[in-house]
Formats: sequence, structure tokens, C-alpha cells
Amino acid sequence: MPSKKVTVAVTGLNNVDSPGPGIPVIRGLLDSKEYDVRIIGLSYDALEPGIYMHELVAKTYQIPLPSAGIASIMERLKHINSVEKIDVIIPNFDAELYNFIKMAPVLEKELGIKSFLPTMEQFEERHKANLSDFGEKYGIKVPKSKMIFSTAEIASLTKDFTYPLVVKGKFYDASVAYSPEQAAQYFNKISAKWGLPIIIQQFTYGTEVNVTALGDGNGNTIGAVPMRKQVITDKGKAWAGITLEDEELLNITRKLIRNSKWRGPCELEMIKTNDGEYFLIEINPRTPAWIYLAVGAGQNHPEALLKMALGEKVKPFEHYDIGKMFIRYSYDMICDLKEFETISTLGEL
Amino acid sequence: MKIKKNIALSDTGFVFNPSTGDSFSVNPIGLEILRKLKDNEPHEKIKKHLLDSYSTDADSVEKDFYDFTKMLEQLQLTEADAK
Repeated sequence: MPSKKVTVAVTGLNNVDSPGPGIPVIRGLLDSKEYDVRIIGLSYDALEPGIYMHELVAKTYQIPLPSAGIASIMERLKHINSVEKIDVIIPNFDAELYNFIKMAPVLEKELGIKSFLPTMEQFEERHKANLSDFGEKYGIKVPKSKMIFSTAEIASLTKDFTYPLVVKGKFYDASVAYSPEQAAQYFNKISAKWGLPIIIQQFTYGTEVNVTALGDGNGNTIGAVPMRKQVITDKGKAWAGITLEDEELLNITRKLIRNSKWRGPCELEMIKTNDGEYFLIEINPRTPAWIYLAVGAGQNHPEALLKMALGEKVKPFEHYDIGKMFIRYSYDMICDLKEFETISTLGEL
Repeated sequence: MKIKKNIALSDTGFVFNPSTGDSFSVNPIGLEILRKLKDNEPHEKIKKHLLDSYSTDADSVEKDFYDFTKMLEQLQLTEADAK
């Protein structure tokens, strides 16, 4: 039986078809053999499924959207902490990380809430818009990319790019455009949702492979598990995946974490070409939604993250099971209107 | 031509490539050939074994063996420097 009691606040409870990582992170935490973890969910929308998963989440509080600003989020967290006495907070969305990285020292000093996040420098330099520089700095191959702010810039892209190319939002969304017309169409669609800039990236032919990894901030890789998506949804999300034996990919991951002294979780999205070359197409500064595959394969990254946030020394994982699979499924929960009413009106459930 | 060392073959004919995550199914004869290739048996010896063991002729064995090994190459189940 786990003996050490700890209260952990987690965001990303939107376990939908394009899922946030909150629920799989929570499952990893609850699998801990050392910690008896009480989960406090932090949600942005009253219909995030995790709010109603009472077997996983003890209590959920609505928090202001990242755009509300640090003061507003801080105020809400002060109230939540006064009730729940949170030990550690694990934010799981790219869009909220800026605020949480900024708030981290104050959260720890004033409220005693610990976290283990990338530094602001790491967070900023791995942005999609800065990925070329990031690759050059840390010796990782990256497809050519460029930020654009208007559809008027699309016509001149052929000077530096050849079609097809990838049109990407600054936080989420990516589509492959085979013509300037398609590029303009995706520009409008993605910028309407996620704002500007839009990132244009040269399309790289090959197989997408991903790694979920955890860095200790001193250059050591605490864990890394590579995966290939076996079923991909129309939103490009993995609906099934399998762990791979790929030493080269792990070496690239270790090199990146060593050189950047990456702190906290990350997901590397890579393309392996038919010639066996690897190109980094994205680095997400958080755990991926498929993190529970790593737990199932023998590396409980959420638990290791919790320990590092608490200031414990964590030994690097040395093994994971190759050929371990995850298959996602959808499941209809039956919920009472009363619960929906409570979270909608009182902001907590 | 060599089958990659890390390719897993099960008795049921399930073939798993841990480098790519791909998996395939082969029939008992395919499994027999794969095992012999994995044991580095010479191609001529494998073809002779097939000719002796099954009701077939040399031309069919030659053609089918060639098709099969080419498919293994395309599916990235062979070493990169395969010939």
C-alpha cells in the first residue's frame, strides 16, 4: 500500500477525441506504489469528461482561461489551495504553460505548491516558430520552417519551399497543403482558431515516430519511450500505438535533453525518412496524451515527475517493454444534470 | 539477404518488427522459410528443401521464393545491406 499522502492538481481533463493528457497523467499518479495521491482536477469547461470521473478525480475546480492573465489564475489557485492544500501542480496544456512557468516560484513560495516545469527559455526556444534555431543549437535535424502573418505571404513561399508543405498553428493544428490555394485555406482556418503567426514547414516524407521523455534539468534523461501511431484520427491524434525498439531515436532524445538540460516532461515528434534519417517536426513541452503507454511499458513518468517536483532524487529508467500497445476507446458516462449544474454554476464539483 | 536480428517470429506465424512497430501474418510455409532465412541458411538450400517437401516444381519454387524475399525487403524486414 502506498504510504505517503500527497495532493496533486492536474489540468487537461478533456479526455475527448483530441484528448488532453490529464486523465492518463492521473492514471499514472494513481498507479504509484509509493504515493497515495489525491487528485484535484482543474478544468476550463464544464463538459470536460474528467470532471465526472470521480473514481480518478476527487474534486474539480474550474479555473480561468490562460487569456484571463496570471493575476486572475493566481487568485483562483489561492482559493482552491486554501481548501485543498495542494502539494504539486501538473499543468498539461501548451497554452497554459507560459502562465504556470511564470507563476511557479510564487506558487511555491506563497502557497507551497510545487511543480517541475521547463524553464521559460526552454519553453520559448522550442516554439514551432523557433524550431529551426532550436535544431541548429542542439544538433538535431529540423525541416525548414518560416512564420507568416498574412495570406499575402503565401505566393512568395515557393522561393524557399516546395509543395507539399505543412501549415501549422502556433499551439495546435497542422494540415498538409499541396497548393498555394490550399495553404491559404488552411491559413484562414487555423489562424481563426489559434491566432497568428502561422508556421510554414517543409513537408518531410517518412514515418512519424514520437518519443515521450522526462528530463531532470541537469541534462539527464530520466525516462524515454518511443512510439509509432497505429491508428490516427482525422485530427492527427493517435488512437492506437505501439512502443518501438529504436536506439537511434533514443540517442537523439538523450542528446537533446543533455544539450538543452530539458526540465520536466516533453514529447518529441519526429519523421523517420526511408533513408533512416530523423527530422524533428515538433517538441511539445508537456506529457503527451498517450503517456499511459509509457506507464504500461514500465516507465511511470507521471510518478517520476511527481517525485522530482517534491524534490526527490529519481533514478533514470533503464528499460521499457517493446511492442507494448495502447488502444484508445470511447465510453459514454451517464451523468446527472445536478452535477453539470454544480460545476457550471458554482465552479466546483 | 539477411533477416534483421530483432524480428520476432511466433509459432502462429505472427511476425513483429520492433523497429517500426509493423506486424504481419505468414502461413506455415512462409514461417518455415522465414525461420531458415533467419538461421542464415543458403537460399539454394532452402529452395531445395521446398522442392523436396512440397508438391511443386523448380520454376514455381524459384519464382515464389524470389517474390517472397523481395516482399520481405520491401517490408523492411531485411538488413539494409541485403543483396
